[in-house]
Amino acid sequence: MSSPTPQPAKLLVKRQFYTFAEPPQTMQLDSGAQLGPITLAYETLGKLNQERSNAVLILHAFSGDSHVAGYLTQEDTRPGWWDSMVGPGKAIDTNIYFVVCINILGSCAGSTGPASINPATGDFWALTFPMVTIGDMVRAQKHLIDHLGITKLLSLVGGSVGGMQVLQWCVDYPHMVRSAIPLATTSRHSAQAIAFNEVARQAIMADPAWNMGDYYNGPGPTHGLAVARMIGHVTYLSDEAMREKFGRRLHTGSLSFNFSGDFQVESYLHHQGKKFVDRFDANSLLYITKAADYFDLEREGGNLLINPDLAAVSFLVISFSSDWLYPTYQSKNIVSALKKNGSDVSFCEIDAQWGHDAFLLPNARLHGLISGFLARMRHEHSIQ
Amino acid sequence: MSTVYNKEAGSLRYDLQVIASWIEPGARVLDLGCGSGDLLAYLKMHKQAHTTGIEYSEERVAHCIQRGLTVLQGDFCREIRDYPDNCFDVVILSHTLQQTRNPKELLTDMLRIGRRVIVSFPNYAHWRVRLQVLFTGLAPVTDQLPYEWYDTPNIRIICFKDFKRFLQHFGMRAVREVAINTHHHETRGNQVRFLKNLRATFGILMLETAEDIYPHK
Repeated sequence: MSSPTPQPAKLLVKRQFYTFAEPPQTMQLDSGAQLGPITLAYETLGKLNQERSNAVLILHAFSGDSHVAGYLTQEDTRPGWWDSMVGPGKAIDTNIYFVVCINILGSCAGSTGPASINPATGDFWALTFPMVTIGDMVRAQKHLIDHLGITKLLSLVGGSVGGMQVLQWCVDYPHMVRSAIPLATTSRHSAQAIAFNEVARQAIMADPAWNMGDYYNGPGPTHGLAVARMIGHVTYLSDEAMREKFGRRLHTGSLSFNFSGDFQVESYLHHQGKKFVDRFDANSLLYITKAADYFDLEREGGNLLINPDLAAVSFLVISFSSDWLYPTYQSKNIVSALKKNGSDVSFCEIDAQWGHDAFLLPNARLHGLISGFLARMRHEHSIQ
Repeated sequence: MSTVYNKEAGSLRYDLQVIASWIEPGARVLDLGCGSGDLLAYLKMHKQAHTTGIEYSEERVAHCIQRGLTVLQGDFCREIRDYPDNCFDVVILSHTLQQTRNPKELLTDMLRIGRRVIVSFPNYAHWRVRLQVLFTGLAPVTDQLPYEWYDTPNIRIICFKDFKRFLQHFGMRAVREVAINTHHHETRGNQVRFLKNLRATFGILMLETAEDIYPHK
């Protein structure tokens, strides 16, 4: 009798929490409002070295969470959202780097957001939660990074809304950043991206169960949230990806001649919508998409990426050829601004058919670029 | 894979060896069309240069970044426009000038962003080329110019003598030059000291702006 093949030991990680801005303190937001107390959920992998110089902060995209890699329990079957990139021996090697990933402010996976209880009232924040910006998310993250005793981050890595946070970190705290890897992102949210976000928000707000955001005692706007997610998924794919993945293939044997959904692409979107409802808060989606829409580093005529303080930061900017949500020209705009500082900046457009989603999918080229760049940073800054 | 940190000296192409020998330690260097980054890796390792490359091919860009180099993917004629004046000590264009649409604009831009420019190109006036045209009546195909008329990427016919005239005309001057009569892909080469236009297969020149001589540029 053969013994069962031994399973490789699961990399277990623990979700942790950090609360700050407790009374009488608050954190000032870009809108002018004060918010407190603020709790951030975060996870860490690897070991912080003695000099505290090997920290890599990973910034998640709009619907992500702090669970970047590994498993939360032994029974867990699904690893973190970037498990192909982060872990022992992987491109962001947790044998070498101390990886931190923080759930963003306004989200619903452990950090303070509209679905949290406002301690002042004992009720859900819902729409009384103040509007937060990408800058506010980053300001909150800085509190936690300070708390961890890290004064200089070896690198910041993030795609999409995570990439916006990478750039915001560089603009707001350039002296805390050695290097940055913004992926599939932009320095200013485009009209097209705002348009899709607005349709997603309207889908939620048009659902009667949304009830002006006050739905936490019931199931909430499940239909509106599912539709919002379906719209999102259309923008994450590409014409080519959809043709390849679904074509005109039918979900059932033959045309139904009713509206139950005939095509595989429809059932895919329905499935994605339904799955999302189980894990995400509709109000959080409203707040975070708004934060992304407000993101603009070229406000008031200037460009905040043109800043002599950024001359000492090394950049690796990456875009994906079929990404039409944050197309390559937007990454090139980032590169063009950084060149003016004399910053050390590398750029690569990866040829990939999977649209915006490509940055999350396993990709040997992406892994090679990131591991090579991080190895150089380690070498240039003599980090053990 | 050979990374920046283990790049061996001596394995470099001969023309790149000459270029490398002209670079001061610690210089800020930009290499246009840097390929797989051999020159940049050498300069980084042996001259502690601050290097950047621009390369069109995604595969080569990825190779360069993976081996620890700073490289931008794109068309260098466009990419160099964003750089502020004088942000490099040396800007290099090796064996590509003959493939550019606007050599004058490109060299002018290179001298704007760099204090000095190093350029190398195959010499069309080499005696072997001349004889081929004369005796076969066909477009020349040589070791340095290995293409047929219909598949050549080379759209500019440059001769050593012509290039010197070009420099004079557009307010640039050569501060160093070598003419070589071996193939640029070899690791050893031979320099030609007289009758360069007839005997050199390719040339390497270091240029600067000569506004003082030609103020009407």
